[in-house]
Amino acid sequence: MKAEQQYIDLFTQYEGMINQHSAEVMNHFRRQAFEDFCRLGFPTRKQERYKYTDMAKLFLPDYGLNLNRLDIPVNPYEVFKCDVPNMSTALYFVVNDAFYSKALPTGHLPEGVLLGSLREMAEQRPELVARYYGKLAGTSKDAIVALNTMLAQDGLLLYVPKGVVLEKPIQLVNILRADVDFMANRRVLIVLEEKAQAKLLVCDHAMDRVNFLTTQVVEVFAGAGSTFDWYELEETHNATVRCSNLFVRQESDSNVLLNGMTLHNGITRNTTEVILTGRGAEVNLLGMAIEDKQQRVDNHTFIDHAVPDCTSNELFKYVLDDSAVGAFAGKVLVREGAQHTSSRQTNRNLCATREARMYTQPQLEIYADDVKCSHGATVGQLNEDALFYMRQRGIPQKEARLLLMFAFVNEVIDEIRLEALKNRLHHLVEKRFRGELNKCQGCAMCK
Amino acid sequence: MLEIKDLHASINGKEILKGINLSVKTGEVHAIMGPNGSGKSTLSNVLVGHPAYEVTKGTVTFDGKDLLTLSPEDRSHEGLFLSFQYPVEIPGVSMVNFMRTAVNEQRKYKGLPALSASEFLKLMREKRAVVELDNKLANRSVNEGFSGGEKKRNEIFQMAMLEPKLSILDETDSGLDIDALRIVAEGVNRLKTPETSVLVITHYQRLLDYIKPDVVHVLYKGRIVKTAGPELALELEEKGYDWIKKELGE
Repeated sequence: MKAEQQYIDLFTQYEGMINQHSAEVMNHFRRQAFEDFCRLGFPTRKQERYKYTDMAKLFLPDYGLNLNRLDIPVNPYEVFKCDVPNMSTALYFVVNDAFYSKALPTGHLPEGVLLGSLREMAEQRPELVARYYGKLAGTSKDAIVALNTMLAQDGLLLYVPKGVVLEKPIQLVNILRADVDFMANRRVLIVLEEKAQAKLLVCDHAMDRVNFLTTQVVEVFAGAGSTFDWYELEETHNATVRCSNLFVRQESDSNVLLNGMTLHNGITRNTTEVILTGRGAEVNLLGMAIEDKQQRVDNHTFIDHAVPDCTSNELFKYVLDDSAVGAFAGKVLVREGAQHTSSRQTNRNLCATREARMYTQPQLEIYADDVKCSHGATVGQLNEDALFYMRQRGIPQKEARLLLMFAFVNEVIDEIRLEALKNRLHHLVEKRFRGELNKCQGCAMCK
Repeated sequence: MLEIKDLHASINGKEILKGINLSVKTGEVHAIMGPNGSGKSTLSNVLVGHPAYEVTKGTVTFDGKDLLTLSPEDRSHEGLFLSFQYPVEIPGVSMVNFMRTAVNEQRKYKGLPALSASEFLKLMREKRAVVELDNKLANRSVNEGFSGGEKKRNEIFQMAMLEPKLSILDETDSGLDIDALRIVAEGVNRLKTPETSVLVITHYQRLLDYIKPDVVHVLYKGRIVKTAGPELALELEEKGYDWIKKELGE
């Protein structure tokens, strides 16, 4: 219990302070989460779920926390001038794990929409937040979720009432800012009531050259007939460890698009769990990772077809250079009686060097007999014939490789349902492949 | 323009070319014919620098430069073009992006500024007309989902865009119906100037009805065993290759 001990000591010693600087609704879960964490301990690689990433090792170093909620001296609105071409977003910031509410965008949100600090909202509307908080992210099975639940003090809440459509995409920029090695525990709660619509773009950034460790737990409730897009772009640095758990629950005829793109990182573990609980629900789960040096990306997904007539499309693509390591484990469960399920899972990977490693583990578990399900995974190299063809036309080898790698991940970018973001990503990915995005330069979305 | 002297080349340790001598002068059209497995495609691959082939002996000069020391991309920049027997499909890379990169890399090599977007699109439009290439195809990924005929037309379109000094047409007639053959051949003829040369590699006479060679060579077992005027192609069409084998004492 070596790695766990410092977190157990921390919680035991500072439970009062943690509670004092958070909201009752969130505090309510802490004790149980703490007990679960003590019981579970950090997962080892012997556990199927964490086979490819040694979590205990990642949590072993000593990171500072900001339990006392001291002000971080930064005004993100001054640091980031956002001008994503042709894309007008409502821009919000979470600095480390605190929602930045000192200077909010002036654009008015439609009547009834709540967007802001989870902690503040939980104090102002405790009955609303309590209805959803912690309902998807159980602490009894996963130690990382338990740890986040016991330590997280703030984050973001987005609540869109019945029938309300948010025309403008919302952009949330997470900034990691610290002078010493630092740990941030962030919580996001998203509720879309019946027929509500929203698009959210989340960018993860690390501003300082210190070691960062973040845990993030996101809960998304997509009501009947709602439409929700979640784009998450990680562009941190080599000394950042990110552990994200995204839980989505979809009711009938809801349509959710989840797209997680890792452009630059250190070690990343993303867990995504989607449960389809109403007929006609559709989820499109996409992911992309571009890695080099010693970077690691481990995506773990689970889609639960609990009822009939639902659709899931899953596509993950990795490009691995140098000694990068990628892992993808995707499970689709079609429960008994979930007839007319349509499910497709694809994972394609490019290893550009002999040292790069990709682990892929597609899993289908079907307990219904009238379904359409497929899955496929490939790991390969760049097409040599295509490379030579391009060189014969005068395209230098380096450039030809780049065009092929770019073409490879394009498939994921093309699924983005925001035209301006799609164009921006084409540009960013090209920069990434050219090695011009080798450190966090602030919000690349904004430059 | 092209001087090949005693060229030997092998693939996976197996020698395919066993001493080729060939000279193509500026403005000439040469045809290389020969039975299956004689080394025709190896010769074209070696000339454009395919990494799978190893040159074990001999020299090739192109416009006075030692061709064999140049990278495939620089051979292209120097004006060497291969119309592939099997053009490669490249999903996800658009024709526009592919051609723009190719054209601008060539311009960079020659010390010229890159074409602007509008200049480039104008050039595309002009050159598309040469082989009647549909605009729809030009907007798709390179060769993806193209029919056999469309792929060959696309090769000649690329040739038009890059304006090479020497074009090697490797079995460009294979897989073409008679109309497509005519369009492709007319495209090649329209691009032909007194300053450019063409090397046509083919099994059959029929392409040579449209693209008239000045010189015809027969390649057999890795060597050029016979060289004559255009009448040689007709004779081969009529009698096959057996009489040549006989002449060689086989």
